[in-house]
Amino acid sequence: MATVAAVKKKPTPSRKTERKVRILIGKPGLDGHDRGAKIIARALRDAGFEIIYTGLHQTPEMIVTAALQEDVDGIGLSILSGAHNHLLPRIVELLKEKDMGDVVVFGGGIIPDDDIPKLKRKGVDRVFTPGTTLKEIVDYVRENVHPRA
Amino acid sequence: MSKAVVDLVRSGDVRAAARLMRDLDDGIPAAQRTLRKIYKHTGRAFILGITGAPGAGKSTLVDAVVTEFRAQGKTVGVVAIDPTSPYSGGAILGDRIRMQRHYLDDGVFIKSLATRGHLGGLSRSTIDVVNVMDAMGKDIVIIETVGVGQDEVEIVKVAHTNLVVVVPGLGDDIQAIKAGILEIADIFVVNKADREGADRTRRDLETMVSLNEYEENEWVPPVLPTEAVSGKGVHGLVEMVERHRAHVFIDGNIERFRREKATVELFEMLKIRLLEKAVGDLERHGLLDGLVADIAARRKDPYSIVEKVVNHSFAANLIG
Ligand code: B12
Ligand SMILES: Nc1nc2c(ncn2[C@@H]2O[C@H](COP(=O)(O)OP(=O)(O)O)[C@@H](O)[C@H]2O)c(=O)[nH]1
Ligand SMILES: [Mg+2]
Repeated sequence: MATVAAVKKKPTPSRKTERKVRILIGKPGLDGHDRGAKIIARALRDAGFEIIYTGLHQTPEMIVTAALQEDVDGIGLSILSGAHNHLLPRIVELLKEKDMGDVVVFGGGIIPDDDIPKLKRKGVDRVFTPGTTLKEIVDYVRENVHPRA
Repeated sequence: MSKAVVDLVRSGDVRAAARLMRDLDDGIPAAQRTLRKIYKHTGRAFILGITGAPGAGKSTLVDAVVTEFRAQGKTVGVVAIDPTSPYSGGAILGDRIRMQRHYLDDGVFIKSLATRGHLGGLSRSTIDVVNVMDAMGKDIVIIETVGVGQDEVEIVKVAHTNLVVVVPGLGDDIQAIKAGILEIADIFVVNKADREGADRTRRDLETMVSLNEYEENEWVPPVLPTEAVSGKGVHGLVEMVERHRAHVFIDGNIERFRREKATVELFEMLKIRLLEKAVGDLERHGLLDGLVADIAARRKDPYSIVEKVVNHSFAANLIG
């Protein structure tokens, strides 16, 4: 039942200020493994985030252009092709070029443990490998992705 | 500060425009002040609305239509709206997936918006975001609605030309959607014309249109088949859009359209701001919770209370 508090919180279509966290979920590279990306997108939607899903076969340039137009706070990337060492740092680099260095870049997929520290050094905030629970991922996003200034 | 934003937006700066759109979507007051300054620079863009049930191929059609407009050298803005989950408040905005080939084209700006509880097929920020694209100098702004069906009347007053996308195999459903949809459509698109039953759907729609009475010189909605995926029929569709546009921009018509649009803009904004003001006033005076309790317990009736609120809250201010 809608309480007074609930009505006040959501007076139908109102001009109330509400900063929503917007996150782009995309799949750079050429592999077609999109299950993970879709599951993450859904989990984050169910956690209350606005997800812009850009789909498969994205180049770093495409992802960054979309991030710019959509003004997102975070970019979550799913890679199961093995091309992460090239694609992820490239995206971070392009974001910096576009003056969007404060966008949080994170991701997951088939990524060997040895590669993770290197990716972190290059500006990828966090990498999740198979077996990570959705709760872990949602908690991470809640704590680390906030509306950009 | 906002003067700088206005200039940046008008020069087509993607970053500034994207931020302004976001701020408008989030209801940031400073952004609304900027919009006041931008408003006089709008009214140039041609606005095309696309509505129809989820899965009908709206996004795919937007993609194909954008390709046609780009071939003509026109710049395009796309506002694509998807529903917010009423349970979580989150949303998956996936219309972009179908528009990938335009990502790297400077002449195309795509913005995805969530309904955030707004009904009628648009987000409450849609008109604002369209205005920003207009001020950026986009020649065409395409709006893709949520596609819930019945209730999408809002788009009619926002777009110059409205496409209603229907797919084959609806059968009797055509009867069901008939009521609202006839008034919405300037052009009917039977998409997925590669599928069985496309001809029949087209004939059904044509019959439906022909049962309507039209005055002389009134636009009669044509029914066009397309295959959005392959692009078949889309060139013809865009030609028809141009014809409708010419029809809308005839002197008397465009005057009337502009007045109707202004009315909607004004009413929409009033609706939102007045509600806010009334609720805010009641809250400030510590009256809201008590009144709600009184109504719930049938000690008072909402009719008299609303009457009182309206008379006090607004009349006093208007005069004073
Ligand atoms: C299902 C599957 C397929 C399906 C894909 C269906 C689909 N639409 O997704 C099909 C059959 C099509 C397929 C095909 C191929 N596959 Co395959 N496939 C798999 C398999 C078995 C499971 C992948 C999966 O869906 N897992 C479930 C999801 C939920 O897990 P996940 O994506 O890993 O996501 C988790 C985390 O990684 C992380 N995560 C992932 N993405 C993201 C993103 C963000 C933002 C965040 C926060 C977290 C996150 O969180 C998730 C939850 O824990 C894996 C093996 C494996 N065990 O991983 C191979 C595997 C990925 N495939 C592989 C290969 C080689 C192929 C093929 C090239 C040929 C082949 N040998 O079969 C083709 C290529 C297809 C193509 N076009 O790219 C290799 C990749 C090798 C590599 N990278 O070095 C793997 C690892 C199998 C193997 N051991 O060889 N495959
Ligand atoms: N067979 C066929 N499929 C189409 C056509 N147009 C779009 N689709 C498919 O219909 C599905 C939904 O399309 P989408 O554009 O996302 O629909 P929307 O929800 O109305 O925006 C996608 O799988 C498209 O590839 C078409 O002309 N023919
Ligand atoms: Mg769509």
